[in-house]
Amino acid sequence: MTYEELLTATALNDEQVIVMTAENRALVRNLPAVLGKRFIDTGITEQTMIGAAAGLALRNRIPVVHALAAFLTMRSFEFVRTDLGIANLPVKLSGFIPGFLSDANGPTHQAIEDISIMRGIPNVTVFAPADEDDLVKMLPQIWQSPNPAYIRINTRKTGYEHEPFELGKAEVICTGSNVTILTYGLMFEQALIAVDILKSEGFSVGLVNMRSLKPVDEEVILKTVATSNLIVTLEDHFLTGGLYTIVAEVLLKHQLTAKVLPIALNEKWFKPALLPDVLQHTGFTGKQIAERILGYQTMHLQPSVLTHAFSE
Amino acid sequence: MESKNPQYHETEAIALKVREHIVRMSTAGGCFTGASLSAVDLVVYLYTEFLNVTPFNLNDPNRDYLFLSKGHDVPALYGTLAELGFIQKERLEKHLSLDDYIYWHPNTNIPGIEFHSGSLGHLPSVALGVAMDLKICGSSNKVICIMGDGELNEGSCWESVLVANAYGLDNLIFVIDRNHFQANMRTEDLIPLEPLAQKFESFGAAVKRVNGHDFAELDKAFKSYPFQKGKLNVVIADTVRGKGLPSIEERADRWFCNFSAGEIDELLLELHGTHTTSLTSETLIVR
Repeated sequence: MTYEELLTATALNDEQVIVMTAENRALVRNLPAVLGKRFIDTGITEQTMIGAAAGLALRNRIPVVHALAAFLTMRSFEFVRTDLGIANLPVKLSGFIPGFLSDANGPTHQAIEDISIMRGIPNVTVFAPADEDDLVKMLPQIWQSPNPAYIRINTRKTGYEHEPFELGKAEVICTGSNVTILTYGLMFEQALIAVDILKSEGFSVGLVNMRSLKPVDEEVILKTVATSNLIVTLEDHFLTGGLYTIVAEVLLKHQLTAKVLPIALNEKWFKPALLPDVLQHTGFTGKQIAERILGYQTMHLQPSVLTHAFSE
Repeated sequence: MESKNPQYHETEAIALKVREHIVRMSTAGGCFTGASLSAVDLVVYLYTEFLNVTPFNLNDPNRDYLFLSKGHDVPALYGTLAELGFIQKERLEKHLSLDDYIYWHPNTNIPGIEFHSGSLGHLPSVALGVAMDLKICGSSNKVICIMGDGELNEGSCWESVLVANAYGLDNLIFVIDRNHFQANMRTEDLIPLEPLAQKFESFGAAVKRVNGHDFAELDKAFKSYPFQKGKLNVVIADTVRGKGLPSIEERADRWFCNFSAGEIDELLLELHGTHTTSLTSETLIVR
């Protein structure tokens, strides 16, 4: 099932659902004809769309709101914080082309601080699906939940069949005693490749799809730290405020230390190009990730992430 | 309060009471006295003469809605809600106290307040969403959003005008409390707004400009709602900052006031027209 099919079925089944967009119809092209007045396009007005969604939610609607992730989260940030966060209204933010998915658009369109800023707003929940199968498994629960939610939309098809979703729970793909990769979103695809390479090198490797970033699955983080020698946090997001920070917060809260290798973007927007080239250039292909982990494991190489920003 | 029409005697009496409440809130921490006095007649008129919203229909989704986007006007709203029985008058004595929620900006802990505000340029879009839903539901109820003229500097206000008009929201009325002041400056000295009616009209709205202190004029304008089928309604209400207290009227430095108890007594006498005060700015704390 695609995102649009799920949204169509949900909206047709539930009169409360309103679909909104700020003239970003890529994910919802067929919905105007189906939903009539329950499809609202406010034009290129992200902040006004958020305010209007708050007004609709005051009338007991559940607005599912679409815009490019960069503008949905940053252009309208204070509207999300003030109109949705303070009032705790069940508006569902569908931010698409987040992270590397904005590939050739350039830094204006790069939502690589979105997890950080959205999770900083009280009441706002944050989710990052690994692919379209993960996305459609997550959304029914997210849409039914009473809180505002930010979903880092990812409609890529990976062929991976995910476990059922539970709010606040991660999906453990496999476990391993040498190294465990914690990741979310687009990087899940590359993590699968990295895991295969590392396994072929004889390592015992784990992989966790973190999918629910707020609330986060603390238990899975603590369990991974207890059972795996090295934790790798892998994300197409700035180092600050994303998964690495979340793991650090959980460890500190429980007065624990662990060997953690962060693979993230550090203090620098990525070079725009087509997605495969972006991944390669930035060092985020499955193969490059495996090499970094192997280098770290064998101590022959230093973790390059922390120097990446200043090395070019 | 300009009206001498006996039809509005009760409305005038309520407005005077609301001004008394504002004066009393202007001490022990103070409030946005000048800013809120300009909107008193608007708020009182709308609740007593125009809107179908009462303490008894707040749970009815098909009531009318009033959103106060210009948050500094909230003493006018607190006073009106108290006089009309939405909240007990005693609660106003808890102004700025941790024991209640009567503080400097609107919040939904107070029955009758539909949404919080304080950050400017937000409630035009929230009101827009409510008006959209009333249209979808086929309800003929109306939605008011009171905005300050200084607030119109925020671009989001104008986005909302564009969108409201695109969706033909003639059930939505934006009311501009046009007192010609921003916080500390005259609007025309900082970011000029005139010709304001033409600005709104060029964005597609149907505009009426009235004396915001004249109940007969307000009545004539609002009762002709919707001004034009399929268009956003805009009422530009020309008002006087500090209206009712000559000693603070039209003064940039009386946006926020924190008077001493003695000054409050003097101001109440001035309000009732029996006394003229000569308050000096040194006795005030101006934000």
